[in-house]
Amino acid sequence: MYMSLYRLMAEGDKKKVAKKAHCSRNPVLARGIGRYSRTAMYARRAMYKRKTKTTETKIEKKMKVKTPSTITKTVGGDKNGGTRVVKMRKMPRYYPTEDVPHKLKNHGKKPFSQHKRNLRATITPGTVLVLLTGRHRGKRVVFLKQLSSGLLLVTGPLALNRVPLRRAHQKFVIATATKVDISGMKIPKTLSDAYFKKKRLRRPRHQEGEIFDTEKEKYQLTVQRKEDQKAVDSQLLPLIKKVPQLKGYLRSSFCLSNGVYPHKLVF
Amino acid sequence: MVFKRYVEIGRVAYISFGPHAGSLVAIVDVIDQNRALVDGPCTGVKRQSMPFKCMQLTDYVIKVPHSARQKFVRRAWEKAQVTEKWAESNWAKKIEARQKRAQMSDFDRFKVMKAKKMRNKVIKHEVKRLQKEAAKKA
Repeated sequence: MYMSLYRLMAEGDKKKVAKKAHCSRNPVLARGIGRYSRTAMYARRAMYKRKTKTTETKIEKKMKVKTPSTITKTVGGDKNGGTRVVKMRKMPRYYPTEDVPHKLKNHGKKPFSQHKRNLRATITPGTVLVLLTGRHRGKRVVFLKQLSSGLLLVTGPLALNRVPLRRAHQKFVIATATKVDISGMKIPKTLSDAYFKKKRLRRPRHQEGEIFDTEKEKYQLTVQRKEDQKAVDSQLLPLIKKVPQLKGYLRSSFCLSNGVYPHKLVF
Repeated sequence: MVFKRYVEIGRVAYISFGPHAGSLVAIVDVIDQNRALVDGPCTGVKRQSMPFKCMQLTDYVIKVPHSARQKFVRRAWEKAQVTEKWAESNWAKKIEARQKRAQMSDFDRFKVMKAKKMRNKVIKHEVKRLQKEAAKKA
């Protein structure tokens, strides 16, 4: 009887069976302490069987951008040769004879750039958001993507409500249930936090006179911004026109009136 | 008459609050001053005692003897077609409209605003026209 069961098992093994996830094979003795050691767990989980790595696809290879090791910079003045080659990763300029005293390392204190970014489940690409603060408060706007700093990239579109490609903060935004299907849209890769960051003019000529006036107060529109806006909006506007009345909805602004209570509204 | 709807055996009531809020039940028996034995076989309410406070009497009465068993309450309910009549009544329609309004999304509210505006424009236009005609005649 055992022989026949064994034979049945061998035939079944050849097909790949979709296995259900197993619970933890390491019972907890006390909080933070498991029954088995690291090597025992390696054997129990059969990690020795799970060592293969799939070959890297060509797309993944293209996505890996390798920073150049040298850069050529131009040299001014003639008779100097037009360019010089500069190494990006230079050798150390000083080797200390004694060990440099180092501070003790922290645990789990990450800089802002490495923080985990959360996004509310109700905010997905293509959602119509209501901006609550800023000069565009009350305006309804289309969400494009979340940038690496956690801020939301958002556009009016400009032709409908004069909101350009802009960043918005997740906390100061109401996500409505209305969504536009953006899956076919291509957002230029140049739109990042560095693109939107405010520029600061910092060259005081050590004069106490009119420092506060000459700093850049007015925002100057650049040609690149106009082009990017056109590139995004030209893809977005036909998608908006497909949904009846959505254009008028995005042109209108949100307001509260008598008898309207935000905690009772379904957005 | 001061009161038109009475608590009687077979009176169909609408439950306004509590765990079974929103459903219809038939009063099968009276327990004491404050409670009734109630059953809603066609509306998913198990046979139980219920205080009169959470019941609102409707116009419908089904013919059922007191303490009748659920099978006969169901039979009488279906014979009188209470659920169909209730769905057609203004009361039920108003409840449904209230629920729909509460579930409206922001975009829906915008569409309703636009529709109302269009309708009012047509109405006002017509009223103005009729007023002008009446003024001309006078």
